[in-house]
Parts: sequence; C-alpha cells; structure tokens
Amino acid sequence: MSFNSFTEFLSMGGHGLYVWLSYALGLAVILLNLVAPLMERSRLVAQLKRRLQRENQSP
Amino acid sequence: MVEKKKWLPRWFYQLASPRWCYQICGKLLPGFAVAALILLLGGIVWALLFAPADYQQGNSFRIIYLHVPSAILAQSCYMMMAVAGAIGLIWKMKVADMVAKSCAPIGATMAVLALLTGAIWGKPTWGSWWVWDARLTSMLILLFLYLGVMALNSAIESESTAAQASAVLSLVGLVNIPIIKYSVDWWNTLHQPATFTLTERPAMPAEMWVPLLMMVVGFYCFFAVSLMLRLRNEILRRERRAGWVRDLLLSK
Repeated sequence: MSFNSFTEFLSMGGHGLYVWLSYALGLAVILLNLVAPLMERSRLVAQLKRRLQRENQSP
Repeated sequence: MVEKKKWLPRWFYQLASPRWCYQICGKLLPGFAVAALILLLGGIVWALLFAPADYQQGNSFRIIYLHVPSAILAQSCYMMMAVAGAIGLIWKMKVADMVAKSCAPIGATMAVLALLTGAIWGKPTWGSWWVWDARLTSMLILLFLYLGVMALNSAIESESTAAQASAVLSLVGLVNIPIIKYSVDWWNTLHQPATFTLTERPAMPAEMWVPLLMMVVGFYCFFAVSLMLRLRNEILRRERRAGWVRDLLLSK
C-alpha cells in the first residue's frame, strides 16, 4: 500500500484532480463502449421482431 | 496437372459465414468479458493503491495505466480495421467489412481517451495541456482518420460501396501507424519513448510494470468484448432477411 490514509489517497500528493479526472474518463469510455452496443442490440432485436410480425400478418 | 490446394486454414473460410461468426462470437464473449473484468479491476486497484509513486512525477504517473493501454489499443485497432478492410476488398468477404466497420468507433474512443489522458498528464508534468509535438499530432491524425472512416460508413447508402471506400481510406491512413511509433525517435519531442519493447526488460520496477501489463491485456480483452458485441449487431442487421436470423428472432 503506497498511501497511509484515505485523504492522502484522494489527494494523490496534490495531483488528485488529474489522476481522478483521468480514471473517471477511462471508466466512462469503457462503459460507453459496452453499454452502447448492448442498447443497440435490444433496439435492433425489437425492431426486427416487429418487422417480422408485420410480414407474417400480411401475406 | 497441379492440384489446386486450399492454402488458407479452414477457419478462415468459416469466418466468411456470418452465421458461424455470430455463433462463435456468442461462445467467446463470456470468457473475454470475465477476463477483461478481472484484469481491469485487478490492474486498476494495483495501479491506484499498490504501485509505488514515481520519484520524479509523484502520483500523477498513475495516469500511465490508462494512457499507455488506450494508445496501444487505438493503434492495434486501426491495424485490425485496415487488415479487415483489405480482406474485404480482396476476397469480397462481408464479415470482414463488418469487422472493419465495428472497429472504427471503438478505436476512435480509444484515441480520444489516449489524447485526453495525455493532456491531463501533460499539465502537471510538462506544464501544458497540449503541445504541437510529433507524437501528439500524429495521434490526433489517427483520431481524424477514425472519424473519417466512420463518416464515410454513415454517408454512403450502399453497404458494399461504403465498405470499399472506408477500406481504401483506412489502408491509406495505415502510413500513420509507423509515424506514431517512431515519432519519438525521429523528431525531438517532449514525449518519452516507448515504455514496453519486445526485446528489452522495462526500465521500471516490476511492481510498476506488472499492473501496466495487466491493464494492456485487460484493454485487449475489453476490446474483444466490445468488438464482438458490435459485430453481432452488425451481422443481425445485415442478415435480417436470412432464415437463421428469422428463426433466432422468433425463438426469443
């Protein structure tokens, strides 16, 4: 462990803003890249299903 | 008579089948997701809590654990996009076009992350958010190439024409990759040279580079997950008229 207390961990030796901003951005970019395709999938599946049902109803 | 032989392995031909590709991605996804989760969580905890502070840069050096993996991934992803685009051009393989198209948004966000973490790191280290330095500028060009490929893909109506145009653009832009890599050697630059090389041991102690290696591998696993998710969407969308997609939708 390279920090003695939680406040020391948060302040990162005076560079806290830079470090935490970077990690927040990193987390945001990773989550975006996972959430966006998952949402796209549910949207796409719902859309294709509706289309399929329409086609089945009107032969 | 010379017998005509298949000189590429069987899986290469199987990859050409969207259905097979969709299924194999579905099987590979959970494994890569678990590996990415473990490596990224472990890497971040190690990087933030246990890696020792740098003797010159103090704690701001911890940004390296996001900056280096995202920069490496942005370049690897570009090479993958260009190679997939070339395969699509040469063999007219639909799946390769879809892979190339799915790579672009992931690579663009990775380039953004590398540039932003670099800027944030540059402020306490160099005293400036941005300098027009060879490494930084060539990385910015990489981002513009990604945006260009994405714009081409969405601007052209016909899927095969869009794939051809963006494949040509990504192949032309491939020249930027060695420029990024060697920019720190060719020009005088503020940016430090590579942290990892294949031939030499890293200059940092193990408790610093092991978490960095974990983050790099973790980022690759995360890339695999995101790429396969996007690829499966793309396959479903383009193969929506195929019988197997209809069966799949009805079974849900």
